[in-house]
Amino acid sequence: MPMREDPLPALEVRNVSLSFKGVKAISDLTFQVERQEICALIGPNGAGKSSLLNILNGVYVPDSGEIVFEGEHFRRMHPLEAARRGIGRGFQNNALFSGMSVLDNVIAGLSRHSRATLVEEAFRLPRARGEERRFRERAHEVLRLFDLERHAATLVGTLPYGVQKKVEIARAIAAEPRLLLLDEPLAGMNAAEKQEIAAVIARLNTELKLTIVLIEHDIGIVLKLAHHVVVLDYGRKLADGPPEAIRDDPDVIAAYLGSEHAEIAA
Amino acid sequence: MSMFVETLIGGLLAGTMYSLVAIGFVLIYKASGVFNYAQGSLLLFAALTFVTLTDQGVPAFGAVALTIALLVATAIAIEKLLLRPLTNRSPMTLFMATLGLSYVVEGAAQGIMGSQVRALNLGIDDLPIFLGDIMISQFDLIAAGVALALVVVLSLLFNRTRIGIQLRGVADDTRAALSLGIDINRIWQIVWTVAGLVGLVAGLLWGARQGVQFSLSLVVLKALPVLIIGGFTSIAGAIVGGLIVGAGESLAETYVGPFLGGGITSWFAYALALVFLFIRPAGLFGERQIERV
Amino acid sequence: MSEIDVRAAAEPLDSIGLKAVAGAAAAALVLAAPFLASEYWINAIIVPFLILSLAGLGLNLLTGYAGQISLGAGAFMMVGAYATFSLQLRVPDLPLPLALVVAGIVAGAVGLAFGIPSTRIKGFYLIVSTLAAQFFFEWLFLKFPWFYNGNSSATISLSRGLSFFGLDLNHPHGRYYLTLGIVTLLTLLSFNLVRSQTGRNWMAIRDMDTAAAVIGVPIVRAKLQAFAVSSFILGIAGALWAFAYLGSASVQSFGLTRSYQILFIIIIGGLGTIRGAYLGAAFVSLLPLALDWLFQYVFSGRVDAGLLQNIQKAIFGILIVWFLIKEPEGLSRLLGLRRANGGRRSLFPSSLKEN
Repeated sequence: MPMREDPLPALEVRNVSLSFKGVKAISDLTFQVERQEICALIGPNGAGKSSLLNILNGVYVPDSGEIVFEGEHFRRMHPLEAARRGIGRGFQNNALFSGMSVLDNVIAGLSRHSRATLVEEAFRLPRARGEERRFRERAHEVLRLFDLERHAATLVGTLPYGVQKKVEIARAIAAEPRLLLLDEPLAGMNAAEKQEIAAVIARLNTELKLTIVLIEHDIGIVLKLAHHVVVLDYGRKLADGPPEAIRDDPDVIAAYLGSEHAEIAA
Repeated sequence: MSMFVETLIGGLLAGTMYSLVAIGFVLIYKASGVFNYAQGSLLLFAALTFVTLTDQGVPAFGAVALTIALLVATAIAIEKLLLRPLTNRSPMTLFMATLGLSYVVEGAAQGIMGSQVRALNLGIDDLPIFLGDIMISQFDLIAAGVALALVVVLSLLFNRTRIGIQLRGVADDTRAALSLGIDINRIWQIVWTVAGLVGLVAGLLWGARQGVQFSLSLVVLKALPVLIIGGFTSIAGAIVGGLIVGAGESLAETYVGPFLGGGITSWFAYALALVFLFIRPAGLFGERQIERV
Repeated sequence: MSEIDVRAAAEPLDSIGLKAVAGAAAAALVLAAPFLASEYWINAIIVPFLILSLAGLGLNLLTGYAGQISLGAGAFMMVGAYATFSLQLRVPDLPLPLALVVAGIVAGAVGLAFGIPSTRIKGFYLIVSTLAAQFFFEWLFLKFPWFYNGNSSATISLSRGLSFFGLDLNHPHGRYYLTLGIVTLLTLLSFNLVRSQTGRNWMAIRDMDTAAAVIGVPIVRAKLQAFAVSSFILGIAGALWAFAYLGSASVQSFGLTRSYQILFIIIIGGLGTIRGAYLGAAFVSLLPLALDWLFQYVFSGRVDAGLLQNIQKAIFGILIVWFLIKEPEGLSRLLGLRRANGGRRSLFPSSLKEN
């Protein structure tokens, strides 16, 4: 179980609703994420999981409700504001900068720490040079963590899907986020890759004390990795609790886990 | 007061011409997601072909038939040589490709048929008509009538014929349409042909007014603000947008122009479009896109 | 994983030595060019080529790097030229190099203003804003005599000509070195910029703007910076075009055709590369000469100038379409100058997801 040094939760979602052209995507959703926990959002496609992450990042504006991040209240989040406050994000379908190298992708993730001005950069003045050097060092450090060093100079669009997925998490990590949102980080990977990434996520959580909210369909991994599971269905919260409780919740079994649950139990 | 009404009506009638050009855009944009910068060049090409043929002594009916045949051939060529190889490329790439296409069409049309101004007589006298003390151009009135008729015909084509319904299917959901076995390449050929025909009508009307010459192709630059205001996906939007731009230009030139030294129609429509963009980025009749990440 | 990174491997020493020698030889050639080429070549081909390269570079920062399409390159060049004229006329104490910098800043500010819509709209919608600039400035600089000092032909030219802190540059060599110096300096600065965080911010926005915002790229600031820097360079290129190449210019020198030409330069040369601007400009400068030669000597017949222009136009159009279909990275890829590893970039992927 995560440590509870601070009584304040890292993130609270309060009565959030969202609709597209009149169709409800999320209805009156409330839950909270404790500091340093891994919280998994599960539920069938269209349950509103990705939309929720988009609200937390400020890509979508909720119709009502509020987000409380580290004690501060937001009616809406702005993407840049979210990034500055340390909310990192990995996307469902790779959202890498396909025309840039792996290294440049990761350095781009450091933008929120950039202080050098345009003129300093154009003339390569000391502050710009120093910043560039620090950014490169940091990016290489993160690439090593993900075993991506040998791809550093490769154009990211040309890499296989699984590797791209890792680059994306690396890009989010580089900026040293306080809360990391991951949208299906294991999708499209083979079993070995899944284990590798799951281990990295667990390490990020324990070693960097990072709070993580992730969406994942592989229930086996979710139950092992997460401290806390929130089940969504048609934009509503179906269940919320520790993985053991979720696994045994009859509503969840009926609505979602079904045969997969039987598999895990076996 | 009568000057205001006269200016307004004159502007609205001129606006129908803008609408006519903009409709050609909307058709192509709906069916293939291409912002066709070459629409103006196609218009010039159509009008120039017609004039050249009639100058050679071909009777008007025959000239129209031959021009249409040429437009069909052009649409097929564009589909095969430009659209098909660029399938699934970004809208920006497609836009730039049509900019290149406009150079090809203009260069070829003027290289073959000459660059000098040609007079075009459609047999419509431009006599003013008086309604009380308000003067209206008869030519503008007839042009507006033609534009209106064309809109009705296009709506019927879209809503009543099989091709039209398929076309709407392609516009709404390309992937679904493809899985239903709709031949999208043929749809593109048809749409570009229809857009060419709309261009022919617009080209003949504009050409009769100001002579058939290179500047005809620049109407593309008038249609752009119209589309921004009306929305890229709506024929109704193209019409309303055209009327707004026509009336706005005419009123602004009369009432604001004198304070700025005149000639403001060259940019007024763009300023108007920018204002609209800030208020309604998707246009009056356009749909807002939802971003998915 | 089978792919092996070619670039990470250290370059053999002799290849570096070879590069240095080649670089030095190229530099020497560039510096000695005026003594090797005829006056006609310097005045009519090399100087305009350099200026077009600079303009292409300016537009490439905005369109090729930051992914913001613009049909208003001519407008920002125009602003730079007219601002230089005004400064030289009304602030005679300001030396020409400083006047050029100030004119660039004026053009940059104008570019920034017309870039504001880019913070709300995307993709080709943006051509409305840049076309608005094009038409507005054509109107403005023609309508109000103050801008051309009431000259009867509505043209602008520098009464004192070109000088560099007292050094007279009013001869072909002077114009060449002035242009070369400015183009080299601005190319170096641009090169630094695209390899810095600002450059990465631009490319991130080009490749996927929503993701860029979410990972903390200051989108609004970066876009406006792209407009400002691009217009700054275009403004200086415009001033050089007017006074180092043409000698006397009017709004027609910077019409819509010029904007298209600059855009074609970067499409043909290679979007999102520094060298693309040079390759594209070389191509655009040399193609008319080649065509002219072809018709005069190969077909040994005089071709009507108007016809030649139309043929040229059609060929440009075909090339644009061809490059977009076959080689979206332009000549710079075609000539094998791009990074060896990795496949092709897709152009403007950010605008793809609109569908």
